[in-house]
Amino acid sequence: MEGASPAKLEVSSLSFYYGRFRALKDISLDIPENRVTALIGPSGCGKTTLLRVFNRMYDLVSKARAEGSVRLDGMEVTETTRLLELRQKVGMVFQRPSPFPLSIYDNVAFAPRLLGWRRQQVAEAVETAITDAALWDEVKDRLKDPAASLSGGQQQRLSIARCLAVKPEVILMDEPCSALDPVATLKIEDLIDRLARQYTIVIVTHNMQQAARVADFTAFMLMDTDERYGQLIEFAPTTDLFNKPTDPRTEGYITGRFG
Amino acid sequence: MIRGTVLARSRRRPPDGFRLLTALVALAAPISLLLIVLLLAQQGAPAIQHYGFGFLTSRAWNPITLDFGALAFIFGTVATSLIALALALPVGVGVALFLAEPSAGRLRGSIGIGVELLAAIPSVVYGLWAVYVMAPFVLIHIEQPLAARFGSVGVLGGPARGTSLFTASLVLSVMILPTLAAVSRDVIRAVPSGLRESSVALGATWWETTWGVILPAARQGIFGATVLALGRALGETIAVTMVIGNRPEIPTSVFAPAYTLASVIANEFTEATGQLYSSALIELGLVLMLVTLTVNVLAQLLVRSTAREARA
Ligand SMILES: Nc1ncnc2c1ncn2[C@@H]1O[C@H](COP(=O)(O)OP(=O)(O)OP(=O)(O)O)[C@@H](O)[C@H]1O
Ligand SMILES: [Mg+2]
Repeated sequence: MEGASPAKLEVSSLSFYYGRFRALKDISLDIPENRVTALIGPSGCGKTTLLRVFNRMYDLVSKARAEGSVRLDGMEVTETTRLLELRQKVGMVFQRPSPFPLSIYDNVAFAPRLLGWRRQQVAEAVETAITDAALWDEVKDRLKDPAASLSGGQQQRLSIARCLAVKPEVILMDEPCSALDPVATLKIEDLIDRLARQYTIVIVTHNMQQAARVADFTAFMLMDTDERYGQLIEFAPTTDLFNKPTDPRTEGYITGRFG
Repeated sequence: MIRGTVLARSRRRPPDGFRLLTALVALAAPISLLLIVLLLAQQGAPAIQHYGFGFLTSRAWNPITLDFGALAFIFGTVATSLIALALALPVGVGVALFLAEPSAGRLRGSIGIGVELLAAIPSVVYGLWAVYVMAPFVLIHIEQPLAARFGSVGVLGGPARGTSLFTASLVLSVMILPTLAAVSRDVIRAVPSGLRESSVALGATWWETTWGVILPAARQGIFGATVLALGRALGETIAVTMVIGNRPEIPTSVFAPAYTLASVIANEFTEATGQLYSSALIELGLVLMLVTLTVNVLAQLLVRSTAREARA
């Protein structure tokens, strides 16, 4: 499963600051292409912060700043000014499904239209994306209906379709199942499994069984007890990290959670 | 144990006297509305009987010949309010968007307070300001240049005057701006942050996010703000009276004088001689209530139908 795979995102010596508060310190890891990588760790250790560096979401936070380097196929993510291109390549799925107050179709067509695609091209992209998000059969007769009329699990798959529409290379997911029931969660996990062949997926999760089920690689992060910055403790193939962790802190965390 | 008693007590029905009292208080509002309408109808009865339905469609207003009709005033009221809304809505929403930005700094705070203070200025002060500052300014810098260039176009034509339908609309637009901006700001702030983030994560710029996501999400609330503002504009009396020119005609140009329902009542009521004249003015009051009510009901229906659309 976890054969050698080239790095899609190369993170080196990354530190992150919210104003004067240092939220991440000196993080280096290579996220492999077309694999699922899970970020786990206790609350507040900086998983969301790290994820949001990858598509520059932190631009929305005033006085937030990244130091070090994150390279996506040679593009320096922390410095690029081509944000539309970056965000087309790196899609994001949030914790709470947040459908736009538009129709199902227009939700998925949103990003293709930003890129200025032609009508026909948009229509094809929408159908493909909804199909790939395993939602087509459920919505094909009601594409003009408001997206808010879907169930929570359907809305989350719509969020996935929304970012698949522009054919991204990386998909970031921040606890995508935490607002869903077990059945809807299972559907999303199946979907992640299927998408993993074509996309590089980075998923933050609090649920270690979920990490064990969906992820090829897992990164364990922890907050420093004195200065409260988040750091990377261990990054390894998922089976190794869970079965023979090299760092006692990793072992403490996973046995504490499982046991 | 203690918990149980508290629950049991709060679940008990309140004593009947209290229920009766609250019911009475709650009924006071609709009852007084009804009483006002009845009183106006009774006082206006002579005019209602004398002019019949034609009162609404006649543009005459002649106290000498006792020839009265409401159409010119209905036009003035609706036209000033709609123009005011057209001018104030884009500005109000723009201000609201600025004030609702998450990275609110000190500047935004003070601008927000400033906008809200605009609502605290009494109408008559707005009127004075409009007469001495705005009307001359509008005459020299807006009406005359426009009339010089587009004078042949009907609605912009005629001799330019400081007191006109346009000036009245402009002062109204300033008066309704705080309502529009403050309510819209609260509505925009209430849009879930996940929507903004999702849009940005898909590559949208601030403008694309605002147009494509934030405003559609806030649409219904902004519409509510518009209805509130329209209610205020329709009924506004003194400031409008001071700058509209008070001529009971349907003007052919926005730069010509006009008259509104509220203004004519305020101006002529004390000097109205004879039963028919004063009852005609009272009937205008009824008409004003009718216009306001119609606008409100139409707006409610619109809000409800869009809400149903969104839920369907
Ligand atoms: N916008 C912000 N401004 C300032 N500090 C922030 C901001 N967002 C997060 N932080 C801080 O950064 C640290 C890491 O937060 P982050 O949200 O990345 O943690 P997390 O690992 O995702 O936690 P959780 O599992 O609870 O989601 C925390 O100490 C948090 O208080
Ligand atoms: Mg988080």
